[in-house]
Amino acid sequence: MEIFYSILPELIRIVVCAVCGAVIVFGNALVMGYAERKLAGHIMLRPGPMEVGPHGIYQLVVDGLKLMGKQLVVPAKADPLLFRFAPLLAFAPVFVPLLVIPFSSKLQGFDLDIGLLVILALASINLLAVLIGGWSSNNKYSLFGAFRAVSQNVAYEIPMLLSLLSIIFMTNTFSLKAVVAAQSPVWFIVIQPLAFLIYLVSIVAETNRAPFDLPEAESELTAGFHTEYSGMSFSLFVLGEYANMFIVSSVATVFFLGGSSGIPLPYFEYSGIIWFMLKVYTLMFFLVWIRWTYPRTRFDQLMNFCWKYLIPFALVNLLITVVMVKLL
Amino acid sequence: MKSYFSELFTGAWSLILGLKVTIKALFSPIVTYQYPREKLVVTPNYRGHIDLVKDAETGAHKCITCGSCMRECPSDCIFLDGEKREGVKGKALTIFTLNFTKCSLCGACVEVCPTDALDYSNEYELAGFTREEFHYDLLKRVEERE
Amino acid sequence: MSMDIEVLEDSRHHRYVLNMGPQHPSTHGVLRVLLELEGEYAMELLPVLGYGHRCHEKIAEFKPAKSFMPNTARMDYLGALIYNQGFAQLLEKAAGIEVPERVEYIRVMASELNRIQSHLLWYGAYLLDLGAFTPIMYAFDDREHILDILEDVTGSRLTYCYFRVGGVSKDIDDKFVTSTRAFIDRLRSRFPMYEDLVNGNVILQKRLIDVGELTPHICARYGITGPMLRGTGVAYDLRRAEPYSIYSEFDFEIPTETKGDCMASFLVRFREMEQSLRIIEQALDRLPEGPIMAAKVPKKLKIPAGDYNSSVEAPRGELSYYLVSDGSDVPYRLKVRTPSYSNLSVVPEMCQGMLLSDVVSAMGSLDLVIPEIDR
Repeated sequence: MEIFYSILPELIRIVVCAVCGAVIVFGNALVMGYAERKLAGHIMLRPGPMEVGPHGIYQLVVDGLKLMGKQLVVPAKADPLLFRFAPLLAFAPVFVPLLVIPFSSKLQGFDLDIGLLVILALASINLLAVLIGGWSSNNKYSLFGAFRAVSQNVAYEIPMLLSLLSIIFMTNTFSLKAVVAAQSPVWFIVIQPLAFLIYLVSIVAETNRAPFDLPEAESELTAGFHTEYSGMSFSLFVLGEYANMFIVSSVATVFFLGGSSGIPLPYFEYSGIIWFMLKVYTLMFFLVWIRWTYPRTRFDQLMNFCWKYLIPFALVNLLITVVMVKLL
Repeated sequence: MKSYFSELFTGAWSLILGLKVTIKALFSPIVTYQYPREKLVVTPNYRGHIDLVKDAETGAHKCITCGSCMRECPSDCIFLDGEKREGVKGKALTIFTLNFTKCSLCGACVEVCPTDALDYSNEYELAGFTREEFHYDLLKRVEERE
Repeated sequence: MSMDIEVLEDSRHHRYVLNMGPQHPSTHGVLRVLLELEGEYAMELLPVLGYGHRCHEKIAEFKPAKSFMPNTARMDYLGALIYNQGFAQLLEKAAGIEVPERVEYIRVMASELNRIQSHLLWYGAYLLDLGAFTPIMYAFDDREHILDILEDVTGSRLTYCYFRVGGVSKDIDDKFVTSTRAFIDRLRSRFPMYEDLVNGNVILQKRLIDVGELTPHICARYGITGPMLRGTGVAYDLRRAEPYSIYSEFDFEIPTETKGDCMASFLVRFREMEQSLRIIEQALDRLPEGPIMAAKVPKKLKIPAGDYNSSVEAPRGELSYYLVSDGSDVPYRLKVRTPSYSNLSVVPEMCQGMLLSDVVSAMGSLDLVIPEIDR
């Protein structure tokens, strides 16, 4: 009984964190799904969703209901087990990284010493889901999409890690809370602008979004790796994509934009989340904005850009950082 | 080496120019119409399917059943027939049907008509569930029109 | 088409056969292309045609020649007026009908508006192929203005049937003149925007430069005409080479590029819009008064026995009608030489060894209109 009382607070904490994580994942998908369509609409000089509710705000709810009601079609020659498993794999791991993100100085699930590693490790599982989904569909376009996704994501993880590593060298910790704490008074974007730019480019490729949306390039591969997915299994991929966008933007906020720091508000230990969310959604707006502006790159150009520009620059940046840290 | 950096900077600048265009568009007024809610005014010159003209004086159509339109039609979509009636000069129109599913809106029938009995309607919202809905009885339509 | 995918895959089993189309976002219609891939490189391509075949040429043999006019608009729905123009010209030539001057001016203006409209649609759709979603909306925004202008004159928005043998069906009015002038100013003011958003974009340039290079020699072998040919440096435009209608009276340039790649034909088309605006502007300035129909057009148009040819410059290249008559009002045979058909035939050679993404951009730069190929 005593053991129970000693672990009870931890249990409650886990349950609360899980619920909050789910709320953030679904809430984020609703907000981003709506915002993306609305912003895309206005960029194209049209209003976007307008029919369901005032200015179409219930559109995503209705879409969700529709997707739930749709039949899950499994192609005849697909691998039935893996085909069904892939969307779950894309969606399930996105909850865990949310546990270690410090939304404000007191709103954080667990402050792990290896916080960043947890996030990066789990975010990469999404890639496995894409590969399994594309492979098991037994569709030629899906297979191409899956191959592209794998090589693209593996390549772009390197500059992403290198750019984050230069921050790690400055702070000497993987704990996200400590990184945020190290950013007073100056945000790291001021000290490390190049690393921020490299990180920004990498996350576009990591989240498979235009102009690096090669895995789903619809004018070439119809819909890429999720060609054969319908209904809820398709929307799990989309949920996973938006959650991943949220996570990588959160990491950018924590590492470069000072996390929850900002003009103090009442109860700042908790209300810092407002600043945090503002920064995250500004980054996400940027991702949406570039998606609806640029054409798609070609595959070899994407790789060339990574190997010829991003990685050398990231390495040089890292080297300079290390030297400066040693000297100062 | 020089081209390596110059390419990077000109490329980045071109991307910024693109972003400038779209952000400007984001805050510009929209140019589309929410179609079923607000409708555009269609030009009176719009050529919909043909219709028999109602003569303002007599209140009847002006067709003399000569059949020129039927012969001129490249798609054979007009059928008309008439009969001899007491007190009417020439033939009186008994049936005038248009199979709009075959019509290609060339306007040959309107141009060939010697009495200008045909004109284009201004209807553009045409949708139906069966083909038969587009077999128009123009004689009935002209009689029902006020 | 006896080529079965399974057989193909079996005989060259190290290759991967991809069936692009007939329903594929970037074939713009019911075109099917069989691709043999090694990795993502297309080693062999085979366009499979005929999904949209409607026997237009055969239909022409069964009805009076002038009744074929609406069919011409259905072959190339984007250049309908230019197809009208070619056919009207053919019959006028055959029957020896003199066309009034005002008619020629109206035809030139309407055709050039139609050409801009076609190029704008291609511009948007091509960018869509390359993965940019926004430019098509801007291009359509401009295109709607042309459609409104042409709707007011011709009565329809896409498949026009406006030209008649010996004239046009309806006269233009002041509204046409003012709205066309307004449109010219508008489109000119939009070009810098397109330049910033699309033409100068580094991603687009990387996608198009050095992709699908053609030489004048290849073009001659396949009979490629239009912007593709002009992209290789040959200033061959029928409006200048064999001036029909009244094109010889206007001052305009034939835009050419030298490289022959996708970027070259892209820029040629883009600049052609500007040149078309210049032609329209000059035509508006000089627009004469007069009748809109030739004086003597017989009701039953008998074509003297013999063969006749008429060629015009369509948005996609050289369009020719060839008519053989046995003396009646029904053609004995009508052959239409459509530009897209010849332009498509270069695909197997042009795209060999290309990446899949480049195949899409190379095929997009052909500006294919599938109903024109199949007709």
